Amino acid sequence: MPELLVLADAADRDLTRLDEYRAVGGYAAMGRALQLEPAQVIEALTVANLRGRGGAGFPMGRKASLIDRGSPKPKYLVINADESEPGAFKDREIMARTPHRLLEGCLITAHAIGARQVFIYVRGEYLTEFEIMERALEDARACGLLGEVSIVLHRGAGAYICGEETALLDSLEGKRGQPRTRPPYPPVTGLYAAPTQINNVQTIATVPKIIELGAEEFAKIGVESSPGTAVFSLSGNVVRPGNYELPLGTPLRELIYDVGGGVPGGRALKGIIPGGSSVPILTPDQLDTPLDYDSIAAAGSFFGSAAVMVIDDRCCMVQLALRVEKFYMHESCGKCTPCREGTRWLVQLLQKIEDGRGEQDDLDLVIDVCERILGKSLCALGDFAVYPVASYIDKYRDEFQAHIDGGGCPFGGESSVEGIFAPSDQHAHHKTVEMPG
Amino acid sequence: MTQFAEQVQAMAAIYPDRHSAVMPALRLAQEQHGWLPPEAFREVADALGVTPAYCQSIASFYDMFHLQPVGRHLVEVCTNVACALVGAQGVVEAFESELGVRAGETTEDGEITLRAVECLGGCGYATVVAVDHRYREPVRPEDVPGIVGELRGA
Repeated sequence: MPELLVLADAADRDLTRLDEYRAVGGYAAMGRALQLEPAQVIEALTVANLRGRGGAGFPMGRKASLIDRGSPKPKYLVINADESEPGAFKDREIMARTPHRLLEGCLITAHAIGARQVFIYVRGEYLTEFEIMERALEDARACGLLGEVSIVLHRGAGAYICGEETALLDSLEGKRGQPRTRPPYPPVTGLYAAPTQINNVQTIATVPKIIELGAEEFAKIGVESSPGTAVFSLSGNVVRPGNYELPLGTPLRELIYDVGGGVPGGRALKGIIPGGSSVPILTPDQLDTPLDYDSIAAAGSFFGSAAVMVIDDRCCMVQLALRVEKFYMHESCGKCTPCREGTRWLVQLLQKIEDGRGEQDDLDLVIDVCERILGKSLCALGDFAVYPVASYIDKYRDEFQAHIDGGGCPFGGESSVEGIFAPSDQHAHHKTVEMPG
Repeated sequence: MTQFAEQVQAMAAIYPDRHSAVMPALRLAQEQHGWLPPEAFREVADALGVTPAYCQSIASFYDMFHLQPVGRHLVEVCTNVACALVGAQGVVEAFESELGVRAGETTEDGEITLRAVECLGGCGYATVVAVDHRYREPVRPEDVPGIVGELRGA
């Protein structure tokens, strides 16, 4: 059984080169897939039980089967390469190291859903990766690998919300990237109001290996409810941070200690954010949780984008909550009220508590505001703004209480995230210019 | 047709709907002007058959479009959680002291703009700094004088 799928052979070879990728069997899976009927490809993805690696974990085969094939409109495949969840940096690595595997996955999936046009929406900041993808696409095109399919690389321009699939579609249509009300869902009314399949980079880059290995073999990797591997982005207070492709179901302890070398400097582990900054935090007693969708959900959090952030005991959880909330306030698109107003309110309340001006009612009010956002916004960003804060209070309530009782931060300026500056703090002092006329 | 308009129409031709070229066109205009002054919105609007106000509404939504002039060089320091946990604030402060400006400001000579930015997606190589959109990772406070010297000399 192979250990690596998405990043296979990328350590020993320069897979950004088409000849190198073909030397390890690249584009052979596409050749096989094109011989199959589209329904057979979808069947293989369904049997493989490949779950979306972007965060939601929705089965890809089922998603592909929802495409409205009877629609007279063109069908589109859109790849979400707008990786922006704090903690996540896996899609960047996949694009930088195995761009052809992503392209091959696009071509197989396009065949499965009957799409002639593919759009890869690449995060604006990922300029180097965009250029690598451009070269790979040009090489594939020059070799005639695209057939009748066109692939367009589209650069974002800096907006976390565009990782939300319907906001991404609006952005791709040249609008402000704001989420759409649903239904209708993208498989029926997506890009340019046509049936559209949207998948994360890693999901699509896994597809060639499913065809190569066969769906049954693939399904034996990882755990039954979540087959395959994930590229885990390990960061924070850990000896060896980085991207590690591991089978799903690998225990959190193994990733942090055996692979990552544990917490540096002999510090104690305080918390683990298992799926990017938007998910509830886990505590050290949950280290034996297997890293797969269902096990992490059972532990009270989310698999998310497999972005594991390790936090040691020097971190003030009120400061962390404040910094995380400033991010979601900054990235709220402003379309719906609970998220737009609620995130701002949470920042103000958390700032008050951190500054030592907080009263007992403020802590209750934070919880209350969280409850008024949760499940009440158009897209998941509202929930993402709530899960971290609510979970920090739930798990480290004594620390929040100490800020109120003691009239200040108990860390006395020694927290690891003390005074951290957020982009939302700097809007007030931009240099202004006189507009002509 | 202006050369700019020709370039924009070539961009638009790869999409089923020309509106999809608004962001690429704004990026091109920004590359030419250094930022997005009012005339840039008129140029993009004319090339795509939309209004300048529409273009401005798009530009103001996205963080990478500059509605005010920025320096010839852009230094962006990530201060999100993963970078914060391993000392991003020290990197911000090192740049502030080396450049003599606060995050969000441009040096007096108009050469370098310093910004704190949200997660750049290099969390495992923290602290991440994007210098003219190319990532330097990891950056420690002691690396800062060298980076600034390099930009000053460039």
